[in-house]
Amino acid sequence: MTPLPVSIAAAIASFLLLVVVFELIRSRRLRERYALLWLLTGVVLLALSLWRDGLNTIAGWVGVETYPPAILGAVGALFILIVLLHYSTVISRLSDQNTILAQRLALLEQQQREGAKEPSR
Amino acid sequence: MAELAAAPTPPAASPVRLGELRRIAIVPALNEEATVGRVIDEIRAFDPGFDIVVVDDGSVDRTAGIAADRGAHVLRLPFNLGIGGAMQTGYRFAFERGYDVAVQVDGDGQHDPAQLPAILAPVLDGQADLCVGSRFAGGAGYRSSFTRRVGIRLFASVVSAVVRQKVTDTTSGFRAVNRKGIALFAADYPHDYPEVEATVMCVKHKLRLREVPVEMRERGGGASSITAVRSVYYMTKVLLAIFVGLFRRYAVPLEEEQHR
Repeated sequence: MTPLPVSIAAAIASFLLLVVVFELIRSRRLRERYALLWLLTGVVLLALSLWRDGLNTIAGWVGVETYPPAILGAVGALFILIVLLHYSTVISRLSDQNTILAQRLALLEQQQREGAKEPSR
Repeated sequence: MAELAAAPTPPAASPVRLGELRRIAIVPALNEEATVGRVIDEIRAFDPGFDIVVVDDGSVDRTAGIAADRGAHVLRLPFNLGIGGAMQTGYRFAFERGYDVAVQVDGDGQHDPAQLPAILAPVLDGQADLCVGSRFAGGAGYRSSFTRRVGIRLFASVVSAVVRQKVTDTTSGFRAVNRKGIALFAADYPHDYPEVEATVMCVKHKLRLREVPVEMRERGGGASSITAVRSVYYMTKVLLAIFVGLFRRYAVPLEEEQHR
């Protein structure tokens, strides 16, 4: 069985995560689209902390007999992996867009310096 | 618009009064070469005094060229920003060029510019700062997929509760705003799937919202940017945004001097 203090500590930590994410969105430091994964992480971890029978059951499924709270760590790690992978795709997109912006700017500056007309397309 | 509201003119929207205002139609378009030309022609047919700005949100077809050939202002975004970023680009243009009234008309042809008088009337009469053309406020039925109808219903009830006013069609992009609305949207416009949040935002900023019934046409070409899988993501995201927005403080009223 999961020790009660572990469940309480995990629940508090997950709840704090949710509060922090919420406040970041509210103060516009985090966009909703990048907050969804964090919120999902918080909700799942909170659910697993509070639903102690469920945690034990899942631990049984994957063969963790001795210490069910290990599942909390594993699920947390999995979500962090997903968030990181998601951020890698976001960074890739941003760097592509950054390249395009720099190229556009260079072309515009050249046009402006040489007083060229904007080519029609 | 404030002077207009106070002016002792009869409440009927006449072309003369419209003619006194600098007015612009913002046309967001993503790969709409099949329809964008017709949309421009139809707006001009309704009122040749409308300036038209087509915001090309990273099209890979001839959308920008066709619009430019017809004499519309064309803002070509260097890559796809999504409808929210594209619309705000149009509003920034309208704000910086000093337009008094702006209407949004989709480049896909689903909005019939012949219905612009209905949408413009409450704004010109000074009764509303934002007027939305609603498919469900009394007009004829609108055919749509099941997921979309569910989403539209859900948003309608949530938004109605939040703004304490009956709203039937929160996802309609067929809208008219006055200078106040232009200034607000130029400064702050939601991302991704913006109409729902923009509606809430307006009311939170104490702008007056009005809905009028309109009929919309089937899309003339191109592909809808909302697929079934994405709509679930959008619904979650927008509901989250509305929920968090309840706890946000809004700067009211918005001062023109705040922006560059």
